[in-house]
Parts: sequence; C-alpha cells; structure tokens
Amino acid sequence: MTKLQQTPSQTLGPFFAYGLTPEQYGYAHKAIAGNTLAAPGVPGEHVRIEGRIFDGAGAPIDDAMIEIWQADSEGHYAGADGDEAVSAGDFGGFGRCGTDDEGGFWFATIKPGAIGDGQAPHIGIIVQARGILNHLFTRIYFADEAAANGADPALKSVPEDRRNTLIAVRSETPAGPVYRFDIHMQGDDETVFFDV
Amino acid sequence: MTNNPYRPRDWDNHPPLIYSDYKSTVLRNPQKPLIPIRQSLTEITGPVYGHDALGPLDHDLTKNAAKNGAPIGERIIVTGQVLDEDGRPVPNTLIEIWQANAAGRYIHIREVHDAPLDPNFLGAGRFMTDESGQYRFITIKPGSYPWGNHLNAWRPAHIHFSLFGPAFASRLVTQMFFEGDPTFPFDPIYNSVPEGARGRLVAKFSMDLTEPEWAHAYVFDIVLRGRHATPMEN
Repeated sequence: MTKLQQTPSQTLGPFFAYGLTPEQYGYAHKAIAGNTLAAPGVPGEHVRIEGRIFDGAGAPIDDAMIEIWQADSEGHYAGADGDEAVSAGDFGGFGRCGTDDEGGFWFATIKPGAIGDGQAPHIGIIVQARGILNHLFTRIYFADEAAANGADPALKSVPEDRRNTLIAVRSETPAGPVYRFDIHMQGDDETVFFDV
Repeated sequence: MTNNPYRPRDWDNHPPLIYSDYKSTVLRNPQKPLIPIRQSLTEITGPVYGHDALGPLDHDLTKNAAKNGAPIGERIIVTGQVLDEDGRPVPNTLIEIWQANAAGRYIHIREVHDAPLDPNFLGAGRFMTDESGQYRFITIKPGSYPWGNHLNAWRPAHIHFSLFGPAFASRLVTQMFFEGDPTFPFDPIYNSVPEGARGRLVAKFSMDLTEPEWAHAYVFDIVLRGRHATPMEN
C-alpha cells in the first residue's frame, strides 16, 4: 500500500505551444528542450527521425507533442550515473517536438547504442495531444537492427503482426540517414502503445 | 542509483483513455489494449535539468513577459510540494506551467476566443523544486473560457502543469483547478477523472500563505508515481 494517491492525469490541451515548445513556434519564451538533440560534434551516427501522427479517421493530428528519451551512441543515458545535470553541448538525450499542419514531427539526433541488457537499440516516446487524457508511451526501434530486434524482450511481447508499427524504416538521403516513424492512434496500423 | 521500477499508473486515479463526453478523445486514443512492458533503464531514467536551466523570472508570470507594466488581473501565489506515492519529496524536478490570462484568453496563435490579450502577460512559467520538493509560482488568476466541445461549453479556470519527476516513467501532465468553480459539473475534462480522485486536482485557498496587502495563495500538492521496494529483475 502506498501512503498517497497519484495525482490524476489531464490532457495538455491545444494551447501548450507557448509553454512547452515556444521557440519552435516563435513565441518569445526560451525553450527547455527542442527537436535538435545532437550538436555536430556529438559522437555517434547523426540521423534524422521523422514521421506524422494520424487519428482514427486518418486525419493528421496537428496539435500533438512528441517527446523522445534515448541513450547516447554507447548506450548510456545522461544522468544515469548520478544526478548531475547535463551541460550545454553535451548529449542530453531528451527531445520535444510539436506537430505541424500535416501532423509532422522530426528530430535531429544520433542513433542510440544498445544499453546492454539484451534489448535492441530503441528510443522511448511519449505522445500527447488535445484529446489525450493520459500521455501514451511507445518506442522506436530501427529496421537495420533486425537481429537485435528479433531478440528484444519488449518487441517479442508484441503480437508479431503489430511489431512493424514500432520499427522505423531507414533511408539514405544526401543530408544523411533518415528513419521514418509514423504514429497511427487507431485503425489497421494502430501503433503499439505500452503500459509502462 | 537504485534500479527499482516504478509502480504502475493507478487507473483508479486517472481518466480512461476514451471518454466520449470529451469528444476529442474518441479518435485520438488507441482502441487496442496497452501492452505491458518490463521497465528498463529507458523507463527508470529521465531528463535531468540543473537549476541554471531556468531564468530568474521563470517562476513569476506577472513579470516574465511584462513590457510596459503589470498584467491585469488578480495576482496569486500558487505553491505546493511534489511528492511520490510513499510521501517522499521529489527534489530538483522541473515543473512547467501554462495558462490563460485573466480574461480567459490564451496567447496561442490558434486561440479565437473573443477576449483581450494582455500585452504584459504570456502565461508560461517554470520552477525547479527545492530539496524538499517545494515550488512556488506568482501569477494571475486565469479566467474561464469557452470551447467547442458542445453548446455553451466552458472550461473551469485552470493552470496546466507538466512534470518529469525522476524518470521517464514518472512523467505527469495535469491541470490545476480552483476551489468552488461553478462550472465543474459541466466540464467533461475535469469529470473524466474518477469521482473520488477529482478533488486532488483542485487547489485549496490558504489564508496562512496569503500575503498581506499583496496576494491570495493557493496550495496544490502533486503526487507522482513511486518506486517498488524491490529492484528490477535482470
């Protein structure tokens, strides 16, 4: 038994932009996090992750906020060895992006390394929007990690015909590697969300 | 660092994913069950910010966007303590807030409510809890505003709160309401929360913390998920 009861969750609503992602939308307020996680000098393979988010009618969700949390290229989470804060220019591992009119979002980051516990390389995702009363957890895995993905305990717990909703597809572009990760809230391609 | 996993979200205290009276929930939440996942470092670690990430006026919404004077409205103190389920304070955790102005108008570019903007008020702030998990904002009491969910729909006055806690798993986004709001019975977002838990979203007026000749104080304590007593299996 716990002493206290959890504070109930509520939606972040449609008007979070000036509070949580102000620089992205041009408000005069400093952002604490954005969608560029990795400065040019950060070690690792620099990649772009991009996608769109759709509702159950197939319409893009243009007022969602996607947050990501990931390890660095060596599988280390910032702050995991203590409580020291991350210095400017270091890889902090946290990113935040509001969606555009087409439901689009993107992150400039590095591909995370495996964290060494048998899981395949992955990125934790939190999805929020107007109409989402409890933020939703999912994960990005990487299509070019087929062997590791095949051994990943979380992926293995997902019905086989739904695993592809968690796997970002890689393409090579002149600007560098791009991983595509779309999010479908409902429908035949409904993204797997986890009860974390 | 311990690697004890976090207790699950207690669904007796949180809204359902789909709550049809709040229409936007219907197409924007999964229809298939959430799949349980064993917590790993990905879930039990989380972003860490230092106190230097904040500006000196981030906690004072009456000053942090002022251009040529003070914002219009009733100045208030909003304060409280962030705790986990075991009653332990959550120190050094980032709180982000955003809200409408005194007239019930958000500065957001898509907001169309016919109420005035305030040139001296943005409505966004941040605080890093202290060693005992305490926080304190100075702001303007937000107004109620209409929305399109149904005919004559009005949101009770509220302040949005976003917290991380110590881990990705302890993240919480919620809304703080004010005691005695007459629109509570009509608001599907407030009423999406199970009846016994709703009251914990309502800040209480505190005469003790009210400052003479200056501002009313409201107290809003926040409880995040706590940790299991035993470590994760490997």
